[in-house]
Amino acid sequence: MDLLSLTAHDCRELLASGEVSVTEMTGLYLDRIERIDESVGSYLLVDREGALAQAAAIDAKPGGERLPWEGVPIALKDLLCVEGLETTCASRILKGYRPPYDATVVAKLRAAGLVFLGKLNMDEFAMGSSTENSGYHVTRNPWDLERVPGGSSGGSAASVAAAETPWALGSDTGGSIRQPASLCGVVGLKPTYGAVSRYGLIAFASSLDQIGPLTRDVRDAAALFDMIAGRDPMDCTSLGLPAPVTMPDRTDLAGLRFGIIREYSGEAFEPGVRAVFDSAVAAIGALGGVCEEVSLPSVEKGIAAYYIIAPAEASSNLARFDGVRYGHRAEGAEDLLEMYTRTRSEGFGQEVKRRIMIGTYVLSTGYYDAYYGQAQRTRTQIIEDFRRAFGHVDFLISPTSPTVAFKIGERTEDPLAMYLSDLCTIPVNLAGLPAISIPAGLSEGLPVGLQIIGPHFNEQGLFDVSYALEQRLAVHDRPRTAEVAS
Amino acid sequence: MITRDEVEHIARLARLSFEGDELGRYQHDLSRIIDYVQTLGELDLSGLPPTAHAVQVKNVLRADEPRPCLTQEAALANAPLVEAGQFVVPRIG
Repeated sequence: MDLLSLTAHDCRELLASGEVSVTEMTGLYLDRIERIDESVGSYLLVDREGALAQAAAIDAKPGGERLPWEGVPIALKDLLCVEGLETTCASRILKGYRPPYDATVVAKLRAAGLVFLGKLNMDEFAMGSSTENSGYHVTRNPWDLERVPGGSSGGSAASVAAAETPWALGSDTGGSIRQPASLCGVVGLKPTYGAVSRYGLIAFASSLDQIGPLTRDVRDAAALFDMIAGRDPMDCTSLGLPAPVTMPDRTDLAGLRFGIIREYSGEAFEPGVRAVFDSAVAAIGALGGVCEEVSLPSVEKGIAAYYIIAPAEASSNLARFDGVRYGHRAEGAEDLLEMYTRTRSEGFGQEVKRRIMIGTYVLSTGYYDAYYGQAQRTRTQIIEDFRRAFGHVDFLISPTSPTVAFKIGERTEDPLAMYLSDLCTIPVNLAGLPAISIPAGLSEGLPVGLQIIGPHFNEQGLFDVSYALEQRLAVHDRPRTAEVAS
Repeated sequence: MITRDEVEHIARLARLSFEGDELGRYQHDLSRIIDYVQTLGELDLSGLPPTAHAVQVKNVLRADEPRPCLTQEAALANAPLVEAGQFVVPRIG
């Protein structure tokens, strides 16, 4: 069986037809992980025993009693709490942590009968754009093992691209689902802020974080989003969807207006990325959609506002890692203050410390209004610019990332260069909007993603137009590196 | 440019410590990042309210009723040091 072309919908059909048992299917993925993950490095933890036990229990039930998605495997970014299963956020400070409860999204997938293959690598505490900030190991891009998979959900994107799972969950604070999806040639959805419960997601920046799917195609993304979305009493920022998700089947874009964000052009964008983007614009036109340029001047201030707001929230959220209740504790400290300081200095990696320092600085006495206040006012301006644009167009489009996957080590010495990877994705989080990245083509053999942004709670619209474009663009390329193609 | 003393002060507030070369590196990186984000200061945003929430949600209330919660054993299971059902820490200062 060619796992590289198998969607979760295909898995579901194979199971329903009785052609393959849940144990066999789970075994296929576990064996593939064992064979290729030494090269790719998507997983932090493979729960072979747990997955096979879950599979055996489903196989033992009479066939007629199965739920629609029961038995389909999935893997989870390592910041989602799974009861009893080590969850580290790719940080040394949480080594050995076994959550006493399931995240709401995990409980929902468990109730739907999905089989958990394991936990996926990421930038430590989701801070990064390349997965090089993992406290454990790097993840390699299945399309070129010398390149990064993007981040922070790099393990999620790489595992789907390399068919080490049919689909995965990730999280997106400034682009952490969409950018790796773009760099690995898969679909990634960042839902509207509040569409998916964050309960049991280890927090980075709570006003921006959202959990979402990384999948092989648009229909899988719609199905997985449908499974995890909805109001949760455990997260008071969560809201119900306006209507249930329906499977997209639209094949034209007639009557729809698309805004090309003018600010996302220029020298930061590789010519190859621009060429693929232009071909996507042409495809929209061919399907009957109308594209026009729109200007959102404030998005150019997005990165600056984000690098105040996100670190500020992170410095507060990460105060809980103090060596008292869970995770690492420094040995032999004389007193409490020394224990806190040494535990945190030993347990956190460089980028996490950098962001805690920025956050602490901008929130410290005398600086609050100049930095945090000004950033939150910029955020208001960005929200207003998007609102104005959605008065004229139905969707906004841009490249997801200004470049294709870059080389491992290329940007690690310069934090600001790394931050610029998220140029096109960050303003979407600041405005709480939903956005999807879909594969639009290749540049020099590497995937390029198209970002489509919608108004709040219009995930359905994103699925519908993405599906139509997916059929038209027909990007069927798969990673061909020897290690992954085997 | 952020001074070395400032970096040490912020580190103390954040319960972090840096030594030798590390301190200099953080001083360099923080200065560059703060210089970059400072560009926001040039904007005249005086008429705009700061965003509190990207999707307007107000006054989320629920009934104040007891619900099941973690057992003491489960809550302590991940702690580095426990005694008599409590978290143990080194002496205070």
